[in-house]
Amino acid sequence: MLTVIAFYLLAGVAVLAAFMVVASRNPVHSVMFLITAFFSAAGLFVLMGAEFLALLLVMVYVGAVAVLFLFVVMMLDVDFVEMKQGFLQYLPIGAVVALVLFVEMVLVGAAYFAGSDDRQPVIDSEKSNLEQIGEVLYTDYAFFFEAAGLVLLVAMIGAIVLTHRTREGVRKQDAMKQMARTRDEAVELVDVAPGEGIGA
Amino acid sequence: MMTIIQSAGDFSPLIWFGLKTAQVLGFVIVLALLVAALVLADRKIWAAVQMRKGPNVVGAFGLLQTIADALKFFFKEIIIPDGSDKFLFIIAPVITLVMAFVAWAVIPVAPGWVISDINIGVLYVLAISSLGVYGIIIGGWASNSKYPFMGALRSAAQMISYEVSIGFIILTVIFVTGTMNLTEIVDAQKGGFWNWHMFYLNVMDNPWNILLFPILFYMGILFFISALAESNRPPFDLPEAESELVAGYQVEYSSTPFLMYFFGEYVNIMLLCGMMTILFLGGWHAPVDLGFQFLPPVFWFFIKCAFLFWMFAMVKAIVPRYRYDQLMRLGWKVFLPTSLFAVFAVATWVTFLGDKVA
Repeated sequence: MLTVIAFYLLAGVAVLAAFMVVASRNPVHSVMFLITAFFSAAGLFVLMGAEFLALLLVMVYVGAVAVLFLFVVMMLDVDFVEMKQGFLQYLPIGAVVALVLFVEMVLVGAAYFAGSDDRQPVIDSEKSNLEQIGEVLYTDYAFFFEAAGLVLLVAMIGAIVLTHRTREGVRKQDAMKQMARTRDEAVELVDVAPGEGIGA
Repeated sequence: MMTIIQSAGDFSPLIWFGLKTAQVLGFVIVLALLVAALVLADRKIWAAVQMRKGPNVVGAFGLLQTIADALKFFFKEIIIPDGSDKFLFIIAPVITLVMAFVAWAVIPVAPGWVISDINIGVLYVLAISSLGVYGIIIGGWASNSKYPFMGALRSAAQMISYEVSIGFIILTVIFVTGTMNLTEIVDAQKGGFWNWHMFYLNVMDNPWNILLFPILFYMGILFFISALAESNRPPFDLPEAESELVAGYQVEYSSTPFLMYFFGEYVNIMLLCGMMTILFLGGWHAPVDLGFQFLPPVFWFFIKCAFLFWMFAMVKAIVPRYRYDQLMRLGWKVFLPTSLFAVFAVATWVTFLGDKVA
């Protein structure tokens, strides 16, 4: 009973928040609603008994990805009026994307419920789902796991290469050089005669 | 304590619910009282380093100073800036405070003295502490003011940077103990200080432990420094650097919302002290196992946390503030590679030399 109430509460909040991500005028509010949606999804994972996935979702998406979203969005100089004007222009594309996603979800759902028993997940209630995921991930799917890691590495290096540029005439801080400096190099004691500057 | 609640839960879920609520309230009240004590201790230590007396007027030895301060904050007017995002402005300090308290749900302070003894407690604490940054970012942005915004940006970058290395440091401990349950991590360190992860010197059980000692000792120090950065404490208090940003993300805050930030910050510091105690200093176990206990386990937990907080306070009093580029360099170019290497080394050790080969 309590589980059912919790499910509908979390699912309702998730759907509402997801809608508000699109509908909200202020991009910062959009990100906040996105976080709410992530959080509700994590709650749904907990209800399904997948607490490891739930915490992973919170850690990766809410704790890192959404923070960076917020970081970027906060620094945007947003003109709210201008943003609303493009709405109708993008509506057809948005509608097509939404339709494709909806059809895909229906297909997945239909395939799952119409499928035979061989697609049943392997559940060993003796072990925590952390161990179960680990066992599957590092044995059966070890190759795919490492391939995914490689793809991410390439993406990361690509992002660095694209954004990194060496500029001329920029004075950089070199911590090692600063720490290696001694007092004798940096400070010179000068006896200044009264009424005369150092330069004189 | 846990067993009492559990057996009562078998009796009736309503009684279980009531006892659990009482336990949560107990935690919150004790933490709140400890914050009052910590703020005073912080100021006293700081004063002592500078050869001042510190607060000594309100109550004996200034014991009631924090309470007087808190009352002052309650009775002041809440000022919400005109151009601010009002809802987010109010909700931001609430997020900080709530996240600081919520993380305590899995911290075991003595055998069985834990609200929820879950199997992935470490992950839970990491997840919740990564949410703490929202309070600061949102507060800084919602203020619609320049200095708070600068503070928020700094804070976001800083906390994300140091969370990465904290994650890797915790991973080394998880590798050695083979569990993510905080109670089990503490119990893996029982028997004396030579079993604590900070001083992993138990060569009688496994002579190869001596290879692990320097790595884990170094990781312990790294965790402490990262904890300073994670809690925005000096020398890493750049989000609120008063010499550069007035008070950073807190500039526009007054009265109770400010008090919430302040409170949340100290609860967070206690959490990090508690985590360090659990992960590296043996939790509630005494330094030497005498076979009998004349002091309750919670005393040892408390005394270790108090020692760590004393270190926090001393660092605040002694070390000058880092420059921002130095902070980023330390996080990404020093802590991250070393902790990553340590994860690699400890994993190798556990696979080939450890006695708990998984």
